[in-house]
Amino acid sequence: MSTATALAGTRTFRPPKLDRRYLPVLGTMLVFGLMLVIGGLRYDNFLSPAVISNLFINNAHLIVLAAGMTFVILTGGIDLSVGSVLALSSVITATLLNAGWNVALVLPLAIAAGSLLGLGMGVMIQYFEVQPFVATLAGMFLARGLCFVFAPESVPIRDEGFIALTNWTMASGRWRLTAAVVIAALVLLASWWVLHRSRFGRTVYAVGGGEQSATLMGLRVERTKVMVYVISGTCAGLAGVLFAMFSRSGYALTGVGMELDAIAAVVIGGTLLTGGTGFVLGSVLGVMVLGLIQTIITFEGTLSSWWTKIVIGVLLLVFVILQRILTLRRT
Amino acid sequence: MIAPTPHQRQNAATDQLATSARPVVEMTGISVEFPGVKALNSVDFRLFPGEVHALMGENGAGKSTLIKALTGVNQISAGTIVVDGKQTLFGGPADARERGISTVYQEVNLCGNLTVAENIMLGNEPRRFGGLDWKAMRAQARVHLERMGLDIDPASSLDSHSLAVQQLVAISRAMVVDAKVLILDEPTSSLDADEVEQLFRVMRRLREEGVGILFVSHFLDQIYAISDRITVLRNGQLVQERMTADLPQRELVSLMIAGTSDAEVGVATERRGKAMRTEDSAPLLQAVGLGRKGAVEPFDLDLYPGEVIGLAGLLGSGRTELARLLYGADKSDSGQLRAAGSDLKLRTPRQALAQKIAYTSEDRKGEGVVGELTVAENIILGLQAARGWMRPLPKTKAKQIVEAYMKALGVRPANPDALLKNLSGGNQQKVLLARWLATAPKLLLLDEPTRGIDIGAKTEIMNLVSELADQGMAVVFISAELEEVLRLSDRIAVMRDHKKVAEIPTTRDVDVPQLIEVIANGGESK
Amino acid sequence: MTRIYKHRLFWPVVALAALLLACTLKRPDILGISVLDGHLFGAPIDILRNSAPLLLVSLGMTLVIATRGIDLSVGATVAIAGAVALTFIAGSHDPGSLGTALGAVVVALGLCLVLGGFNGFLVSGLGIQPIIATLILMTAGRGVAMLITGGQITTVNSAPFAALASGFLLGLPVAALIAYGVFIVIALLVRRTALGMLLEAVGINPDASRLAGVKSKTLVFTVYTLCGALAGLAGLIFASNTMAADANNAGLFIELDAILAVVIGGTSLAGGKFNLGGTLVGVLIITTLNLTVTVLGISPLVTPMFKAIVVIAVTLMMSPRLRGMLAGLRERRRYQEVNA
Repeated sequence: MSTATALAGTRTFRPPKLDRRYLPVLGTMLVFGLMLVIGGLRYDNFLSPAVISNLFINNAHLIVLAAGMTFVILTGGIDLSVGSVLALSSVITATLLNAGWNVALVLPLAIAAGSLLGLGMGVMIQYFEVQPFVATLAGMFLARGLCFVFAPESVPIRDEGFIALTNWTMASGRWRLTAAVVIAALVLLASWWVLHRSRFGRTVYAVGGGEQSATLMGLRVERTKVMVYVISGTCAGLAGVLFAMFSRSGYALTGVGMELDAIAAVVIGGTLLTGGTGFVLGSVLGVMVLGLIQTIITFEGTLSSWWTKIVIGVLLLVFVILQRILTLRRT
Repeated sequence: MIAPTPHQRQNAATDQLATSARPVVEMTGISVEFPGVKALNSVDFRLFPGEVHALMGENGAGKSTLIKALTGVNQISAGTIVVDGKQTLFGGPADARERGISTVYQEVNLCGNLTVAENIMLGNEPRRFGGLDWKAMRAQARVHLERMGLDIDPASSLDSHSLAVQQLVAISRAMVVDAKVLILDEPTSSLDADEVEQLFRVMRRLREEGVGILFVSHFLDQIYAISDRITVLRNGQLVQERMTADLPQRELVSLMIAGTSDAEVGVATERRGKAMRTEDSAPLLQAVGLGRKGAVEPFDLDLYPGEVIGLAGLLGSGRTELARLLYGADKSDSGQLRAAGSDLKLRTPRQALAQKIAYTSEDRKGEGVVGELTVAENIILGLQAARGWMRPLPKTKAKQIVEAYMKALGVRPANPDALLKNLSGGNQQKVLLARWLATAPKLLLLDEPTRGIDIGAKTEIMNLVSELADQGMAVVFISAELEEVLRLSDRIAVMRDHKKVAEIPTTRDVDVPQLIEVIANGGESK
Repeated sequence: MTRIYKHRLFWPVVALAALLLACTLKRPDILGISVLDGHLFGAPIDILRNSAPLLLVSLGMTLVIATRGIDLSVGATVAIAGAVALTFIAGSHDPGSLGTALGAVVVALGLCLVLGGFNGFLVSGLGIQPIIATLILMTAGRGVAMLITGGQITTVNSAPFAALASGFLLGLPVAALIAYGVFIVIALLVRRTALGMLLEAVGINPDASRLAGVKSKTLVFTVYTLCGALAGLAGLIFASNTMAADANNAGLFIELDAILAVVIGGTSLAGGKFNLGGTLVGVLIITTLNLTVTVLGISPLVTPMFKAIVVIAVTLMMSPRLRGMLAGLRERRRYQEVNA
């Protein structure tokens, strides 16, 4: 039965070769490592447990956003709404809690608001053929407007159950974990499993590789394309809750431009905006790189905060050009 | 080339099947309508287990519509589909596949960014703890690959393999579900002869296993090499169903071509070395050792005014690549072009156009047609591009040019404001020709200008090319149809394996078998 | 009647009319124009003036989108232009002179040309996806603007520069004259020369255009550069309006408004055929929306929601599927196939 032919070549020993797909992520890892080393050499206490713990604590919500965004971008789409949805979810959380609703009811509701918006955008994109950019732009405006309908001012949260949740930490020496970090880690784990161990996850990659091919392979493309926006919306809703935990308030103007941070993190993490290639763990690395830039600039002291944006821009430029060179060599 | 040996292979068993066995697929009175078009009109089709059934017809005959009607992509407006004795309507390719009817398409419709294993197994993947079991998936994929005679790493990504391997992976995928019916829609169009032979080996094995194979191909030789039965469609209607052994090639062709007798097929001009160069005529363009790594090995070629050079060779032999070098569409990395004795550097199509060289791509849709622009805009595009955007072509002049060329080439509909995407393939090709002719080229490079267009348009285009050469234009003509090349060219350059292997003047005594011989032997017998 | 319904600007114009109607229902006299000191005043004139920056940005955006591109960096460019101009004026010896104002304009526009050129280079030279190429400047741009102003909100006094936004000429606001003047010039430019057709050709089929000898790269580079310059001009009008360079808020989200205006105007983000008239209608819708919301007494903070509603309504009405459903095609499946 098994006749090896000239066409396929004979079975030869292949030295373990690095898969091209991992190169961008490795690049991000390298940058991350370099930044840690430089920071550690340059500043005292840079590599301290407190700083590293804070890196995660301050960015837990962004990790969740980036995880959701990775799903969308892997299919070749984009979700501009996540910053606004995050704000909406945090505002809903704060408003309802202060109205005396039970935490166990409020949090799922806030998250579900995100899922619902995601579903709406997904349906617009898939069934009404509105471009993802436009549909999620509409979602962004809608969520931001709704924020102000709920609460135009910042709403501090006083609910005791919620406060207890935000106060929960796990500490070992000077290492610290908040509930938000644990949740973000769980989201990551779940995203990784879904993307690499489920048919749905592989369909996400397949859609990014070629939508028509995926359809003809009999994969459920339509459902998948709607689902990624639901996932991204849900992640944004969850991130809103995490952000409310972090700031102990809900404010309609939070998360302005955060969608760009999430997109930047995903791109720096090695996911191609054309879809089909990338890893959710890369996106987390991207978030960490962004967080480290902020940390370094804080440590530097003399540099003003706007340098953060410029450095992120430059880093994006470098990564985009590197990715471009990689894809050029592939073809 | 694959030797057509229908009689050796045609066995009595298949004939018997036709009468005794129950067809695995039986479609009766199938009609499919699109708004304003009746794509299929009461077509019958049946497929028996253990046979290769070729579905034949020109472009637009309804082959793909019939396949799509079977797999549930297109809804039928009339008729019944019986599969395995039960009346059925599939909800789509996935549904059809689950119930034993798998399809492999012309362009590999798999995901290049996934691994080979995933491409084969997704949809039927083994699971463990509720998730994909990668190890088992790779192991099972390997078994399916071996069935195709493929020994590749299932964990490698699909796009690291050649098109032929990808095509066989696609068939592996199709067979994962133990398909009773395998539909192969032009699977061979981008394969070379060895690869086709490998595909045929797989097809024969599947046939022995009792799989009914529906095969679509434009290559007559292949049809006769592999098929047992032929169904011919024309304009959405069934023409005939015949056993391959009982249907001579000539008859098949005339069945496929509407209302044309044998004589009419060859109505186009016969040039055959008409252009007689005198000793002192100077070449318009000379390629000296021109080449590009991985595309064409260095070659010499002289192009003279008033002469049609045919490029003959199989698909992928470097025909297109050679033409693209002459046009500057791809950059050469060795040798040079010479015009009037001095070196000519062509880095972009623009520079070629400035030298009065024009090129129509074989990929009409991808590299020629600008669909959402009007016919008129498409015609003046090349001319306008050469002038730059700041010097628009005066309206009256543009109108004159457009009208003149539309009339000369017989573009239908004769409406310059129609969007080009709404025209038929043949008329689109005429519009593209008009685009290039409007730039008044001295050298016209035509890459498969006659592919996929109806016989009438084909004839018109070939006659026109001949006339243009008579008026002094140098023409390079590429076609997969050797008959056409032979008919139209004054001289033929034969390509094989990315190399120019021979140059033959088309005197009266050269015929197609001879040409095939040269292609097959790489010009050594000459 | 059915032909009007099918026109691609039908729904956008209906939306604009609805917004204006909503205004008049609340305040019947709102669309009146009065003459004061030889200048025209009134809501319509306000709309014209307020729409100026967005119109400029949307113009550039339309051309970029026609080439299958997008420019996310225009908001940042607006901020940079304002920062440069006002910092230039603040740093000069004679802030109030005409020469200083002109100098500021030239320097700012020059820099914006360079920024646009940078985008153009990334897209056409390096072949980077437009959305990500311009994301770079979008991210870094506001940082650069902050760098220029030193993080301060620079305020200056310069009568000639202030005239850019608040001045009147021939009874009409200078800002509106500039923006609509530029609109007319560009509209004539693209349709009277071959620029429009060549841009569309590049947007519809880049490969075919290249083989037809169209200088795609140069064209693409040019439109990004032009887009940068137009955003710069918009930034100058913004800065002149407030006379304060606010690097954080100047032109915030203008790229999104501009993209909306283009899409509402019926130009597909997929590139190709573009419609400057449609973009103008889109710009007017977005500007009028702000007025309507205020007139109706709704908090301006909620405006984004109404924008969303307009976008969703207009894009859905233009979506082939909904049109098909409305046209009474019951067999949805079949429709899909024809389009497939």
